[in-house]
Amino acid sequence: MSGTSLVTARERALAVLGGEPDDATLGRYLHGIAGVDAVGLEQRAASLATRSIKTSSKQWALDKIITLIDLTTLEGADTPGKVRSLVAKAMTPDPSDATTPRVAAVCVYGDMVPYAIDALGAAHGDPDDGLISVAAVATAFPSGRSSLEIKLADTAEAVAAGADEIDMVIDRGAFLAGRYGEVFDQIAAVKEACRRPDGTSASLKVILETGELVTYDNVRRASWLSILAGGDFIKTSTGKVQPAATLPVTLLMLEVVRDWHLMTGQRIGVKPAGGIRASKDAIRYLVTVAETVGEEWLVPHLFRFGASSLLNDVLLQRQKMATGHYSGPDYVTID
Amino acid sequence: MSFLEYAPAPESRAILNLRDRYGLFIDGEFVDGRGTPFQTISPSTEERIAEIANANEADVADAVAAARRAYDRIWSRMSGRDRGKYLFRIARLVQERSRELAVAESLDNGKPIKESRDVDVPLVAAWFFYYAGWADKLDHAGLGANPRALGVAAQVIPWNFPLLMLAWKIAPALAAGNTVVLKPAETTPLTALIFAEILQQADLPPGVVNIITGAGDTGAALVQAEGVDKVAFTGSTAVGRAIAKQIAGTDKKATLELGGKAANIVFDDAPIDQAIEGIVNGIFFNQGHVCCAGSRLLVQENIHDEVVERLKLRLSTLRLGDPLDKNTDIGAINSKEQLERIRTLSDVGVAEGAERWSAPCEIPENGFWYAPTIFTNVQTSSRIAREEIFGPVLSVLTFRTPAEAIAKANNTPYGLSAGIWTDKGSRILAVADQLRAGVIWANTFNRFDPSSPFGGYKESGYGREGGRHGLAAYLSPAPIGQTALTAGRGAAKPRLETSKAASGDLETAAARPPRSTRTRSAKATTKGSKK
Repeated sequence: MSGTSLVTARERALAVLGGEPDDATLGRYLHGIAGVDAVGLEQRAASLATRSIKTSSKQWALDKIITLIDLTTLEGADTPGKVRSLVAKAMTPDPSDATTPRVAAVCVYGDMVPYAIDALGAAHGDPDDGLISVAAVATAFPSGRSSLEIKLADTAEAVAAGADEIDMVIDRGAFLAGRYGEVFDQIAAVKEACRRPDGTSASLKVILETGELVTYDNVRRASWLSILAGGDFIKTSTGKVQPAATLPVTLLMLEVVRDWHLMTGQRIGVKPAGGIRASKDAIRYLVTVAETVGEEWLVPHLFRFGASSLLNDVLLQRQKMATGHYSGPDYVTID
Repeated sequence: MSFLEYAPAPESRAILNLRDRYGLFIDGEFVDGRGTPFQTISPSTEERIAEIANANEADVADAVAAARRAYDRIWSRMSGRDRGKYLFRIARLVQERSRELAVAESLDNGKPIKESRDVDVPLVAAWFFYYAGWADKLDHAGLGANPRALGVAAQVIPWNFPLLMLAWKIAPALAAGNTVVLKPAETTPLTALIFAEILQQADLPPGVVNIITGAGDTGAALVQAEGVDKVAFTGSTAVGRAIAKQIAGTDKKATLELGGKAANIVFDDAPIDQAIEGIVNGIFFNQGHVCCAGSRLLVQENIHDEVVERLKLRLSTLRLGDPLDKNTDIGAINSKEQLERIRTLSDVGVAEGAERWSAPCEIPENGFWYAPTIFTNVQTSSRIAREEIFGPVLSVLTFRTPAEAIAKANNTPYGLSAGIWTDKGSRILAVADQLRAGVIWANTFNRFDPSSPFGGYKESGYGREGGRHGLAAYLSPAPIGQTALTAGRGAAKPRLETSKAASGDLETAAARPPRSTRTRSAKATTKGSKK
């Protein structure tokens, strides 16, 4: 998967903002966007969550969820062995059922990228072609508390090692202090660091860490800011801060993506990450995507789940739909 | 395959245990009516559901007499605490049978099951729970110590929220110590009759609530019946006006909750996505069959195009179809007559030069349906901006300043509800202060709660339902001189012995658990012994 060109991103931002992306211009723009009514947003999310997805629709949804998963391991204790095991699971989620699709990507720390690529072998590639991408978290993940040089080096190293996608974190401190220009510049610089020598570019996911932004108004502004600065995806969370992904936050980010598409024609991806463990919850996200931005967003380059335990629950549900009865955790593999 | 064409998820009708014929519920029993019975049909399929008895004048007189007897002998003499027990019991039974009631409501009325399941029935239970709590606290209803019940209440309710309107009427009346004769609308009698079964299950003393079915003439006979002390009506302004005339000069008290043409005002700083949801909820909830529906959208001119564009996008995702499917957003229009009225007024809108846009949705072959529709380029003088359409039709108008918004919002003979959408709290307060409407929602719409009074200004009626005000509508202050010590609540002629005997009996009756609980505990025992 490749990211969009940086030059167009910057030009587009300048056109939208009508000026240089400094604190004042960005502040004026971001604060001019209509506010979010928390009660109303949560109500809408709750009503989407009451959709009843049955039989053939459920079957389709379960397979779709698998193809949208970024199977993730982001622990201090990660080892090459753990990553190989994760990759094996990504390639063959359910050894008892060959019709099970593959996940979209594996998501690991930057230093684990070579092991992931090695383990994937021929299966490494674009998830739109049924292959599996390697996503790496970068920019002093998860806190982002580091100098820009280190963040860029972190990114460049992962890209050089072969990562197809970079999951960066924004500087929440700078954002909350109103230094929007700084956040913009960092995203733009990381985007630049995603470029490969051959001119192509790794896809950039921008993690907002919504659990630290707290208000929906902040989430909306941070979403716009990230898209303006050139992010290919906006992602809710690192998974290290609670609350991580919630349905209302994801709905809000999808609304931003929809509005951006209406305005510019460009499609931006959304990735809720952390806390989505049950198939039932994941189906609610699919419903929310389909009813907010449309079904065409339900493809790996426009929507992802950042999750680890979700996959096994989906597999259990798939088995249940095939056999008519529930098996148990021993009938799906741990990675 | 398209994911958005969700596979059917119908709620099962198997939970319903309907009779083929329903009589009138008078004095605790179902009895035959003496008028010509009629059929109730499902508006989504036009399929017959059941035959319903028709009450003629003699039946009405019987029902009122039964209510009077129950009032004199039992209900007016019962302690508030015991009345409360019955109300709590009814509330619990409604919760226990909520799924059944929701299915019956959607079947008979045409509203989507997600609304009957998530809004109507839970609110019905909430209303009974709320007023159950009031039954022994009437001294705090604002009328001084020992307020008195009015006597027999004649209640006539509409078809848009059949069971919820029943709860709005019956719960406060019983809590205040009145007895009731209620007539549901002729197109939607089903849940009221199931509710009658719940009353039997709750062992409510016979005659305290009587439910008679029939058309407008039955309602008129009930309102005019001798022995009725209070008339409560929800429905159209035309009928409300006729009722007011009929009871003028009598000592019957009345509350009327009539039509509306609510303004939903959207300022340019509104939280736009939520405002769109609120507009949709305001007019397309329950197919727009809502007296307080936000049928006039007043949008600040500078965001008009954006709002209309977003509204169209949103309406395109609404799902119209089988009311019993859990994913249906828009159900069926309640009756052929109503559908005709909606069509006629919409055509008038087009003829007057407004621009019609309807959401693209497939209309089922049978039944009564109307696609969600918005009219733009509507002028304040258009009939579709003046008259209540009572259907899924929204008229969009614009304004430039808050003063203009207020003037346009108030420029209607109605005054039931209004909505304000803005991020600015001070503006909400300033505008709300000047709107002449009984209910004003800020950054939301169509939210109801039993503790909140509801009612209209101007031609939207008088009196309030809900909250303490709704209770006071069924009470009068104690006569001067009769104070807390002596007054027997509501009893016109205190008969001490009867009172003691009756309340003694009922103390025991009320202490008994309701039938369902008893059955359930019996089941539990069987289960236990098997182990």
